[in-house]
Amino acid sequence: MPQIFSKKANTYSRVSLFCLLALPAGAIMAGMAITRGPAQTNVGMPLDQPVPFSHKHHVEELGIDCRYCHASVETSAKAGVPTTETCMSCHAHIWTNSPLLEPVRKSYETGVPIKWQKINKVPEFVYFDHSIHIARGINCNTCHGPVQDMHITWKGQYFFMRWCLECHREPEKYLYVNPRDPEKEPRQKAFDLYSLNKYGEDLTPVEWRNLDGSDLKFSKDQIAEGKKLVEKWGVKVKQLTDCWTCHR
Amino acid sequence: MGMDNEQKRNDLAALQAKLAQSRGKDLWRGLEEVSETEEFNRWLDDEFPNRGTLPHVDRRDFLKFMGASMLLAGLSGCRFLPKSHIVPHVMGPEDRVTGIAVYYATTFVQDGFGTGVLVRTYEGRPLKIEGNALHPSSLGATNATMQAAMQTMYDPDRAKLVTYRGEPSTWELALGTFRKCIEQTKKGELGPIAVLTPLTTSPTFAAWMRKFVSQTGARWYQYDGVGRDAAREGVRMAFGDDTTPVYDFKKANVVVSLDADFFSEGPGHVRYTRDFADRRRVHGEDVQLNRVYAVESTPNLVGAFADNKKRCKASEVRQVAEALATAIGMGSGGSAPASVGDSFVQQAAQELLANRGSCVVVPGEHQPKEVHALAHAMNVFLGNAGLTVTYVEPVEADSKNGVLSLSRLVEAMGAGQVGTLLILGGNPAFDAPADLNFAAALGKVEHTFHMGVYANETSELCDWHLPEAYFLEAWGDARAHDGTASIIQPLIEPLYDGKSQLELVAALCNDPRGGLDLVRDFWMKERGLTKEAWEKSLHDGVIEGTASREVAATLQPLNLDPAPATSGLEVIFRPDPTIGDGFYANNGWLQELPKPLTKTTWDNCVYVSPKTAEELKLNVWRDADNPQHDLAEVTVGSASVRAPVIIQPGHPDGAITLHVGYGRTKAGLIGDGCGSNVYPLRTTATMHFAGNASLKVVGKAKVANTQYHHSMHGRDIVRYGSVSKYKENPTLEPPGTMHIGGHGKDEDKYNLFRQGKKDHAFDGHQWAMVVDLGLCVGCNACVAACNVENNIAVVGKDQVINGREMHWIRIDRYYGSKDGAPSLDSPDTHFMPLACMHCEMAPCEPVCPVAATVHSAEGLNMMVYNRCVGTRYCSNNCPYKVRRFNFLYFTKQYEKPSLKMLMNPDVTVRSRGVMEKCTFCVQRINKARIEEKKSGVPLKDGDVITACQQACPTQAIIFGDLTDEQSQVNKWRHEQRNYTLLPELGIRPRTTYLAKVTNPNEEVEA
Repeated sequence: MPQIFSKKANTYSRVSLFCLLALPAGAIMAGMAITRGPAQTNVGMPLDQPVPFSHKHHVEELGIDCRYCHASVETSAKAGVPTTETCMSCHAHIWTNSPLLEPVRKSYETGVPIKWQKINKVPEFVYFDHSIHIARGINCNTCHGPVQDMHITWKGQYFFMRWCLECHREPEKYLYVNPRDPEKEPRQKAFDLYSLNKYGEDLTPVEWRNLDGSDLKFSKDQIAEGKKLVEKWGVKVKQLTDCWTCHR
Repeated sequence: MGMDNEQKRNDLAALQAKLAQSRGKDLWRGLEEVSETEEFNRWLDDEFPNRGTLPHVDRRDFLKFMGASMLLAGLSGCRFLPKSHIVPHVMGPEDRVTGIAVYYATTFVQDGFGTGVLVRTYEGRPLKIEGNALHPSSLGATNATMQAAMQTMYDPDRAKLVTYRGEPSTWELALGTFRKCIEQTKKGELGPIAVLTPLTTSPTFAAWMRKFVSQTGARWYQYDGVGRDAAREGVRMAFGDDTTPVYDFKKANVVVSLDADFFSEGPGHVRYTRDFADRRRVHGEDVQLNRVYAVESTPNLVGAFADNKKRCKASEVRQVAEALATAIGMGSGGSAPASVGDSFVQQAAQELLANRGSCVVVPGEHQPKEVHALAHAMNVFLGNAGLTVTYVEPVEADSKNGVLSLSRLVEAMGAGQVGTLLILGGNPAFDAPADLNFAAALGKVEHTFHMGVYANETSELCDWHLPEAYFLEAWGDARAHDGTASIIQPLIEPLYDGKSQLELVAALCNDPRGGLDLVRDFWMKERGLTKEAWEKSLHDGVIEGTASREVAATLQPLNLDPAPATSGLEVIFRPDPTIGDGFYANNGWLQELPKPLTKTTWDNCVYVSPKTAEELKLNVWRDADNPQHDLAEVTVGSASVRAPVIIQPGHPDGAITLHVGYGRTKAGLIGDGCGSNVYPLRTTATMHFAGNASLKVVGKAKVANTQYHHSMHGRDIVRYGSVSKYKENPTLEPPGTMHIGGHGKDEDKYNLFRQGKKDHAFDGHQWAMVVDLGLCVGCNACVAACNVENNIAVVGKDQVINGREMHWIRIDRYYGSKDGAPSLDSPDTHFMPLACMHCEMAPCEPVCPVAATVHSAEGLNMMVYNRCVGTRYCSNNCPYKVRRFNFLYFTKQYEKPSLKMLMNPDVTVRSRGVMEKCTFCVQRINKARIEEKKSGVPLKDGDVITACQQACPTQAIIFGDLTDEQSQVNKWRHEQRNYTLLPELGIRPRTTYLAKVTNPNEEVEA
């Protein structure tokens, strides 16, 4: 009796078996990669805005404090986006003929607000409060990425819950004081970073990480320092991971 | 099924015997529970009550659905990030910070009288009404109507356009037409102008009305569906002049209510409830309670609370008043009806006489003028005038006897003497006395205008409908029960094309200014307010020094007509306890609010006593799969109305109660077709009650009643006792109470829920609540406040019948028997507000397969909506039955653009398939805690107030931090009468109760 399967069949069957396992696994991994990548999360993708506003120019080059425009960041859950009036407080005097600023002038004249594309958005079920994070000295860039380097603003972090919990579980890794002036209010310290950076001061690794928004290894010393701060400021770590702290 | 009515009806004598003998508990929730019929128990125990109405799914199909659901469930998380926009202001409004709520003072007007409120606005949109602590009618509290009014504000069915005979028109055309009418009237080409308004206390509006009347020669008529004619006429009868009585319950040791419900109706009732409650606070040895004697017809809240209560027909209350007057030594003759008995009257009289100057007799709003006159005469006789009741200059502006006024108007209309009729607010075509036949008379008027927040039954019959701005959209003013004036300050531009009544009248006087100018000019120019005083009034919500002055109350000799005899079955007419005279018919929150005593929703019913039900052969209970009530047809004279029967223990025999306000046909999507219209039964002579009614059963109907949902199977639940019992044993604990739970020593030995090392790591503030049952009057303000604060969905009548109402807090009503004398006819009534107890060992938590309900460091039992997959195990395992499940997409209703604005942005709007429950208002806790951390100033007691606590007129709910030794909640928990509900479970609920202490006069014969 002749062989039913040729020798090739061995290869086919092996490949088939492999594919049977690998394809679904690959599909799952591809799905995961997509959901975690910029395609889905928009991280690192500058979005078109009606006015090509440059944070780099305003923050890094001109040294304008974040709070000049995001005025309610210290007091309210929402940082606030500047009114047209705020833009015009300078641009009524400088760059008054710039075509790039035409939408701002038009808005000011007609009273129709500028419609910005929203870049950073937490899911609806998250009740995020800017003011308390600022009060603890968490720098803007920790969540928003290196804003002072952005010409057109992009999203700095993907805002997965896992990422929020990194800090909410171990706040000691992220709390720090200004080594030049340890008694300085944490709130104020957070905003000082930009000018320190602008004027070329040496930043400590933890400060650098806060400005950069990047992940660094945490040194044991720094974690020990952070733990002291957790103690000193009365941060209730158990409470930080209570569901109702952010969801309700 | 299948048994005939005769067999199925409960035998009341047997019930009574059963109740008296052996049940081992003396609290019951209703007749059906006492009867313990098999059908009732089956229905109660059924996970899906009324399963007869559910679609049948066999096992195979069920598995198919389950399989498909599981496959698809994972996909629900898949979506791309939605695009959204940020739209900042062009010019930043002053003092407004994005994300921070701002409160403004304004005035809520109910039945013409103002109550000061603070309205929370969020980015310019009013969201929640709270009481104004500076306002004499509120003192910081609210009632259910004030809370729910927010839904009326954003109601998509509100009138949006000026219409002429149903077609869209404009204000210019409408005003032009009216001005032409004025011209023609002046020339004599058209009959006189008539204006019909509801009762008003607004000084500015009254001034402009007077101006309008003098400019155009118009006549001003007033009418309200549920008016205050009797109260006003009664005062006139007693004193010969108009005055307004203002009560001071703080000074009253003895309160006698003649069918009065000062907890839920009449001017100042929120304030009165607060004052009254201040005389019912028990702290340790300090027991100085007032005593309430109540005579009631339709059971009401005061009667439910009263220490001594008697029931009689509404028509017999006058006899009681006369007997009481005789017993205190004024007047002659008169003996109490048999249902009340001499003993009650004599005892009440003795105590009144012993407390001259510190007692008060309160007449009911719906009692005839003679009862009011007698009550005032008794108060003056007892030396109460100026002490517990102060008579002040009339608060109402240009008040008129509504029924008389409307009769005159209809007469004039019928005789063709009205050329133009302007109806401001109100709905006379719906709620006028039937014998006036208002609708027919309306047809004889050439030009008719109606202004209203809704286009209602009256607008339908008028040529023009003008949309009215709601009180949150317009300027105005109103006076409180004691005359204190306050400004109505708008919180938002009119959503639709509305104007206020004031602006309309001013425009017709050729003054086109807006409401702000009109009101400000009135107060600053005519009443001499300085700019500073005006601004202070706006800020505080009260205009200082405007309370009415006291007037000397000189009694006139009373010449009472003999009481008209009523015979046969008596019908008592009452405004509905939730939707009032019908204005709020389209308010879902109020429709679904259980009526305080019967716990029915969405309907008005025929209320009847057990004995009368037996006589009329009305049924109590039937088929368990599809429970229905008898549908009765009540006929008075030639008019009849059909409504389902509710058998209400405590209702007087020989009478039935019908509530007006239902049966609207032009209310809107929600209100149309709910209940039946009782107004056609009312005539000018029988505004409050009528005799010789007949009743027959014509069928069956479903009633959406929340009373039996989530039953607690008769355990030791409401703890209560008299003052003497309290002095003997301050815990008021019934004998045989188990003590394995609570916070005792043996706890660990017996506690099923002990979790060893995994025990919750409590840290920080520890939140807890205590409810004083001795203060709860059952008014529902907390339920309504919770609805608004927490975006609670309205589910509709059908779903309430299925037991799916979503209220996070419910007020259980229990009937109790007097010691040794259990009674179906006149039971004691107890209320118990119940929300999630936040048990420290919460039984709901270990059974959740997805950890969607877990414990927080601060002792809150957290519900995480995004994790919930809807197994409902938690609800099954909850001993208090306080969890609510979104069986359907109930919140879809809130996707309508205007209703979207109603939602509190601090609280998630829950979707289908998710469990939810009371959160102890965690959004308020979080806000306070964040402020605490930011400022570094520790939280004070009272910094976190839950919505229910804030609304409560009696301050029966206290919320606070257990770690704060000095907190009110700690003090209350250390009261000896503090007790835990179902302590034997050892689940350590964070909400505890204070046992109710009553102060009955034991001498009164039952």
